[in-house]
Amino acid sequence: MALTQSGSGTLPVGAQPAGVAATGTTTRRRRPDRWYRPRSLAGRVLLWALLVMFSLLFLYPFLWLLAASFKPKGQVFDNKLIPETFTPGNYAEVWRQLPLLSWMGNSIMIALLAAALVAISSSVVAFGFAYFKFPGRTFLFGLVLATMMLPGAVTLIPQYLIWKNLGFLGTKVPLWGANLFGSAFYIFLQRQFFLGLPRELFEAARVDGASYFGLFRRIAMPLAIPSFIIIFLFEFQASWNNLQAALIYLNAGGVEDFTVPLGIAYAMTKYAPGNGGQGDYQYVMVAALMVTLPMLVLFAFGQRYFIEGVATQGRKG
Amino acid sequence: MAILTRTRSAATETARAERPLKKRTYNKREALAGYLFISPWLVGFAVFTLGAMAYSLYISFSYYNLAKNTTRPAGLDNYRALVEDPKVALALKNTLFFAVMAVPLEIIFALLLASLLHRLGRSAGFFRTLYYLPKMTPSVATAAVFFLLLNGNTGAINKGLAVLGIQGPQWLIDPAWVKPSIVLMTLWGVSGTMVIFLAALKNVPRELYEVASLDGAGPVRQFFTITVPMISSAIFFNVIVLTIAALQVFDQAFLLFWRDQTNASPESSLFYGVYLFQQAFRQFDFGFAAAMAWLLFVIIMAITAVQVRFGNRFVYYEGDR
Repeated sequence: MALTQSGSGTLPVGAQPAGVAATGTTTRRRRPDRWYRPRSLAGRVLLWALLVMFSLLFLYPFLWLLAASFKPKGQVFDNKLIPETFTPGNYAEVWRQLPLLSWMGNSIMIALLAAALVAISSSVVAFGFAYFKFPGRTFLFGLVLATMMLPGAVTLIPQYLIWKNLGFLGTKVPLWGANLFGSAFYIFLQRQFFLGLPRELFEAARVDGASYFGLFRRIAMPLAIPSFIIIFLFEFQASWNNLQAALIYLNAGGVEDFTVPLGIAYAMTKYAPGNGGQGDYQYVMVAALMVTLPMLVLFAFGQRYFIEGVATQGRKG
Repeated sequence: MAILTRTRSAATETARAERPLKKRTYNKREALAGYLFISPWLVGFAVFTLGAMAYSLYISFSYYNLAKNTTRPAGLDNYRALVEDPKVALALKNTLFFAVMAVPLEIIFALLLASLLHRLGRSAGFFRTLYYLPKMTPSVATAAVFFLLLNGNTGAINKGLAVLGIQGPQWLIDPAWVKPSIVLMTLWGVSGTMVIFLAALKNVPRELYEVASLDGAGPVRQFFTITVPMISSAIFFNVIVLTIAALQVFDQAFLLFWRDQTNASPESSLFYGVYLFQQAFRQFDFGFAAAMAWLLFVIIMAITAVQVRFGNRFVYYEGDR
């Protein structure tokens, strides 16, 4: 029986598993990845209609956001995708209205620190679990996995108190400090990768006198760059979006020290008519767009890393 | 894999018992190096996880004084207060109800999208990118946009529904529509789940479908008898992960309803995560909040255990013999 096409690889164009010919109406060769295409015209139309419809649904909020950011105050709600009064001035004014630049600067710094630290520490720990044999290794790694299931709420308060007792409360350290110690999911990811590296690579280097850390730095890590990037991007995004941590640690401080999510929340409240604001939601829209742009850039650059990273979550270890 | 290693060494150790006893030897330097490499995690675990959990448990049995940063024992008082507080029951009810509503919808929608993309073959890449965009949007931006889109009177969603002749509800004000509005926002970002399903769909062997259609099974029948069982492990994984996430919803609920003092429907928008946060970091009643956290932990463990027990009967794992 023919070999199944598994995973997302594509077979060479001419490849033809034996089974296909029996179901085709002619003996014309069919490329394997076209097998799933609906054959009838009605099926194709339906497929594309649905796809386009969902595309519009997913895109609409973005387009609405883009349009709203160029509208003057009174028109934000008119739901026209093309602003009646094109107001690019919003983009100039927003910097005066909100300390957006500070917010983004804060977020970038914190996210870079958080992502770099966690990627490095998780890789180190993962190498430890993957390469070395030591008593209790299985048990300890089981603990690592167990922590993945822990709801954040349980450690929220004690972590706050720990940072308080260490004297870091007024600073931004709590937003990236815990990343010095690696993070369960990323450790899992890197360990998976390291386990796949052939042992001979390391044995050869050991024979040549390499130190353990040298093995890690010179052999394992260069090969692990793709998964390193995945971890970095994931954590960067997570840090950029982290609202709860900012609410806990930064809310009491000055507005310029906010990170992006906290800042937007602040902006939403500032302009809410119920709070004495003037309803200048267009500035909120500009801010929302500005804080989304870096994520979109990140995505454009690292798209396949993101999707590969998410897909890996679904595969069993 | 870890379990395999354990049983294997147990087996070899029984074999070894026949011969003169010899302890499992570890190369000392290698073991030491191993510990050194994992030491960052060990420290973090000891302090921020294990230590934190123990501390949290301790706090849940104490009264915490914010001004003096001290605690004094409270016995079961916090837990008693938990049981007596109607808001806790309300928050639990809201959150569970939300999870029951959101998770199946997310799974179905993600599976639907993945099925569509699957049928595209190569060009799936473009749409996959497109559908992934919402997930890249920071939750604050999403909340800010949907806050305006969901406005009952002027929001685009209701205007769109009006075009279809449907009178849209007051999404953010009407208690009955509060949770659906958050479900809607969650569904907008469903592409993470979709990607997992897409990968799973690609792994279903083609022959199964061919044989089925030769036997005369239509697409619907094929879907339920072939597709669903073959991707059941992905469905199982997502059910567990999405449920745990749904029970801890915070960002959207906070941003839409609890950011400021204006909240038109506080009863139906009180999610457990929000209430816990308020008790901890607005009221600074750490003891009570810690008790809430542990209650949530127990509930999540229980629900996950039930899901695993129940699910294992239905899940088919390729390659598990």
